[in-house]
Amino acid sequence: MAFPLLTVTAAVPAVGAIATAAVPAGRRTAAKWLALGFSLATLVLAAVDAARFTPGGARYQLTESHAWIADFGVRYELGVDGIAVVLVLLAAVLVPFVMLAGWHDADVLDGHTPNRNWRPTQGFFALILLVEAMVVISFESTDVFLFYIFFEAMLIPMYFLIGGFGDRAGAKGEDEQAKQRSYAAVKFLLYNLVGGLIMLAAVIGLYAVTAHQLGGHGTFSLPQILQARASGQLRLSTTAERWIFLGFFFAFAVKAPLWPLHTWLPNAMGESTAPVAVLLTAVVDKVGTFAMLRYCIQLFPEASKWATPVILVLSVIGIIYGALLAVGQRDIKRLIAYASISHFGFIILGIFAMTSQGQGGATLYMVNHGISTAALLLVAGFLITRRGSRLISDFGGVQKVAPLLAGTFLVGGLATLSLPGLAPFVSEFLVLVGTFSRYPAAGVVATLGIVLAALYVLVLYQRTMTGPVKAGIEGMKDLKARELAVVAPLIALLVFLGVYPKPVTDLINPAVKDTLSDVHRTDPAPQINASLTAAAKETAK
Amino acid sequence: MDHLIGALIGAPLLGAGVLLVGGRRLDRVGHWIGCLLAAASFALGAALFVHMLGRPTGQRTLTSHLFSWVPVGGFRADVAFQLDQLSMTFVLLITGVGTLIHIYSVGYMAHDENRRRFFGYLNLFLAAMLLLVLADNYLLLYVGWEGVGLASYLLIGFWQHKPSAATAAKKAFIVNRVGDMGLSIAIMVLFTTFGTFSFAPVFSHATSASQAKLTVVGLLLLLGACGKSAQVPLQSWLGDAMEGPTPVSALIHAATMVTAGVYLVTRSGAVFNAAPTAQLAVCVVGAVTLMFGAIVGCAKDDIKKALAGSTMSQIGYMMLAAGLGPIGYVFAIMHLVTHGFFKAGLFLGAGSVMHAMNDEVDMRRYGGLRKYMPITYVTFGLGYLAIIGFPGLSGFWSKDKIIEAAFAKGGTEGWILGGVALLGAGITAYYMTRVMVMTFFGEPRWQPAPDPDEVPSVEPGIEVHPGELPHPHESPKSMTIPMVVLAVGSVLAGGLFSINSAFLKWLEPVTGHSEGHSPVSTWEVTAATLVVLAVGAALAWAQYGRAPVPVTAPRGSLLTRAARRDLLQDDFNHVVLVRGGEHLTRSLVYLDHSLVDGAVNGTAASVGGLSARLRQVQNGYVRSYAVSMLGGTAVVVAATLLMRAV
Repeated sequence: MAFPLLTVTAAVPAVGAIATAAVPAGRRTAAKWLALGFSLATLVLAAVDAARFTPGGARYQLTESHAWIADFGVRYELGVDGIAVVLVLLAAVLVPFVMLAGWHDADVLDGHTPNRNWRPTQGFFALILLVEAMVVISFESTDVFLFYIFFEAMLIPMYFLIGGFGDRAGAKGEDEQAKQRSYAAVKFLLYNLVGGLIMLAAVIGLYAVTAHQLGGHGTFSLPQILQARASGQLRLSTTAERWIFLGFFFAFAVKAPLWPLHTWLPNAMGESTAPVAVLLTAVVDKVGTFAMLRYCIQLFPEASKWATPVILVLSVIGIIYGALLAVGQRDIKRLIAYASISHFGFIILGIFAMTSQGQGGATLYMVNHGISTAALLLVAGFLITRRGSRLISDFGGVQKVAPLLAGTFLVGGLATLSLPGLAPFVSEFLVLVGTFSRYPAAGVVATLGIVLAALYVLVLYQRTMTGPVKAGIEGMKDLKARELAVVAPLIALLVFLGVYPKPVTDLINPAVKDTLSDVHRTDPAPQINASLTAAAKETAK
Repeated sequence: MDHLIGALIGAPLLGAGVLLVGGRRLDRVGHWIGCLLAAASFALGAALFVHMLGRPTGQRTLTSHLFSWVPVGGFRADVAFQLDQLSMTFVLLITGVGTLIHIYSVGYMAHDENRRRFFGYLNLFLAAMLLLVLADNYLLLYVGWEGVGLASYLLIGFWQHKPSAATAAKKAFIVNRVGDMGLSIAIMVLFTTFGTFSFAPVFSHATSASQAKLTVVGLLLLLGACGKSAQVPLQSWLGDAMEGPTPVSALIHAATMVTAGVYLVTRSGAVFNAAPTAQLAVCVVGAVTLMFGAIVGCAKDDIKKALAGSTMSQIGYMMLAAGLGPIGYVFAIMHLVTHGFFKAGLFLGAGSVMHAMNDEVDMRRYGGLRKYMPITYVTFGLGYLAIIGFPGLSGFWSKDKIIEAAFAKGGTEGWILGGVALLGAGITAYYMTRVMVMTFFGEPRWQPAPDPDEVPSVEPGIEVHPGELPHPHESPKSMTIPMVVLAVGSVLAGGLFSINSAFLKWLEPVTGHSEGHSPVSTWEVTAATLVVLAVGAALAWAQYGRAPVPVTAPRGSLLTRAARRDLLQDDFNHVVLVRGGEHLTRSLVYLDHSLVDGAVNGTAASVGGLSARLRQVQNGYVRSYAVSMLGGTAVVVAATLLMRAV
């Protein structure tokens, strides 16, 4: 038996979570380092996964398959395609930065005399690792049921992270803030639970259909279902396919989130600490968009095409709506949350445009959005911690006292507005061009988003960083070494992937090609193929 | 030699990286690093120019393919460069004027604590601008295009502690983004039409595409050009951009970046030539802006804003010429180059005057400066003569050609465009004479320096003693030498280019050329131009030279007052876009909370009876949920039907 690389990649953070939680209450710093060590080990493993993956080889690689609940055809099946391997790597890259940025977020405050067993620090870091483990296994799983379990289970540690650790920057006092926070956490949980319950019904429905058609041997295995459908053994009726599709899609659209199911995100991101908000929007939410690409489109190609017009309209509304709301926000973190809603609109638009640029761009967008949001939001977090406020109006003139902080904030902002040269530009343009080539109207309206993005980012920068130094800002310290260690690598990544995204696109492209062939879609051909003749000329030379 | 193309961009890019990442320890040498790398890029450009001259006329295009940038399906964007005669012209202008302005800035920014960062941004600008003109495909051009926008943003807002500078920077970027939207959609249309957006294949197949498609591409490119080149209706940012340090105004907002739109149109000549409607639109935009900028330039008392109006107007000339097609491309670029010399020179002169006058920008508080600042006076004066088109100087050769070409378009259009261009020459003479006279002639109207506590917005170039009258003095050598070099260019460039039609022959292989059918002869145009020029200058002299200039501006006519406010376009933007946008976002924020959130929570609660906790925070208006859900559903259904139809 081959070495179970994927299992180990997911198990290491899970073991790390247990180990961190077990560290005695008095050894908080040791717990932090232990957690960071486990997250780095996960990163190494994710990198090994990516290195062992052969682009253009078998569709699912590094596969593992074991019977699990034989009676219901549930299997423990893992395998990654180019999309999954990239997203595992994204999660593994971001988590160490999340930890480093939140290094003191769960410290015991001065003046508190904790009882012997009170261990918030251990809990915070253990929960982060637990989320990572569940996200990784969701990306790796190729069994629908296995995926479903972790898709739902990750809500629990996320719930505690949102509800349990605030940013101590509320204007209305500790009690009011705790109330807001618990409201946000419950809202997050309920929205996603409802999505999950509907999905559960659809998962069971899928099993029933397969069991019925495959002679009693129902299955949740994605490769098996794809194979059965390709060979004609499995034929979903149009109605059944559409209903089951809707059940899946609803859950993913809540998690992604897609307009108008987005309203839990600003609450959750606003109330949680910046690192937790990054974990939520840059890592956990990506499972939603990833699942649309993997499960909705691959399992239900006809229904996906059937639903495409509605989904495209919702995505475009989300792009414009999210951006407009970002412009109108007074709270830095809520602003970034609405910007993310706009960006999720782009991702979903790209997925359902069903062109290689659209889906390739959407996958790359997931990666780039993760990195750029992390850069912007983590710096925003440093800023908020210093001032003890999230209100934009409490800031002003920061660049004068903390130029490094202001500069890195600007770079994060420029990435968010998709400035060419930084990574998000490539993916956003691919999504737009991929959408435009099939749905010109949607592509044009979505392009308005780039103007609005410039507006909300630059207005935010202007109000917080420029102008005269405001009261309460005077003594603000510039970035510390630890904070710089968080931001600098993220910026370097943004620049690198903006200039040379090829290593990532090489991994993604074959997987997107497979997905498109599942739905029997080919890219619209240009009216005049000028590039072909040019290429022909080159070969003639 | 071809590999050196990348190094052209690489040198200033390296400078930007080193200076911006290097931190405070480079403060003492930073500006010299910046100058050195700018000069290195110029030297490389000159070497490539000589190399290019050595090749036969038909084989002067050098190419260099660095790496495959974004390959996804049929979408292939490469980092690849193309250096032909058109790009070469820009390379020499950008690096030449750029190096001079780097040197000037050493003196100008001597007392600024962030001088290193300033040079980092200048280097970044050079790299982005070179990328813009060297790219061999539209997407890479777009990178340079937004890159110069970024550099412009950073440099306009260089004094970020001034709220006015921060606002101006933001405005410039956002207005430009509107134009950039046009450029990005143009690239998408090109991709779906041709399967590529590289210059060579697109241009060679341009004529096989439908005229409608090409017109759409042309108009979208024009929108992009309007943003970057401050053409009506996206011109509003340029006046405010004068908040940046004066060397920035000279390099970016006069000589190079703002001409990028003219480059874009000329480069895309193959597309425009096959889309006459788009060409006419370019001409109209150019003609309207030409008048717009000129009128605004007549009314401004701020020397930099008067010059900014002039820049807008001169770029209007270039756009007009570029819209004429092969009749005008060469002259558009020729005027672009001569304008690069004299307008950069004029701005540097203005900076020198401001330095001498406690950073005062109001020309009504200047006067009589020729005695105190002889070098500035002479170099500024030569730039002045060049821009109004005094016979023999640069502007005379290039602007006359554009007026001729406008008439040569033929028909009623030719008469209208030619007439506007001719009239514009008269107004140019008027507003430039006004600037010249108010600044250097007449009696001194100097005012005591303002208290920096009350007016915290002065450029930190020199020490200001509140309440003291200025002591005008000539600027240091590092500033005057670039001014002298640019003055020499302003005098000679146009004439040199015209010997034997040298510039025409140089550029013709790229842009093509045709004479058109002019209803008027060359000498008739020249004579008419000289007449309107004399009239314009004489009017200004009568108004500002003979009579004393009041220190506070008189109320003025309705037109003057409108022109002072940029012909009310800003007010329109403010009321419609800014205010309207604020109302829109505010109501959306409210709706998101009360309706969308409420509706979803309400549905969840009523369908599943899920949570009492959520129910507490609902606003309870069940009817509003119902209405909003109904409305939302209707919108989605309607939009879906629309999508199906498209």
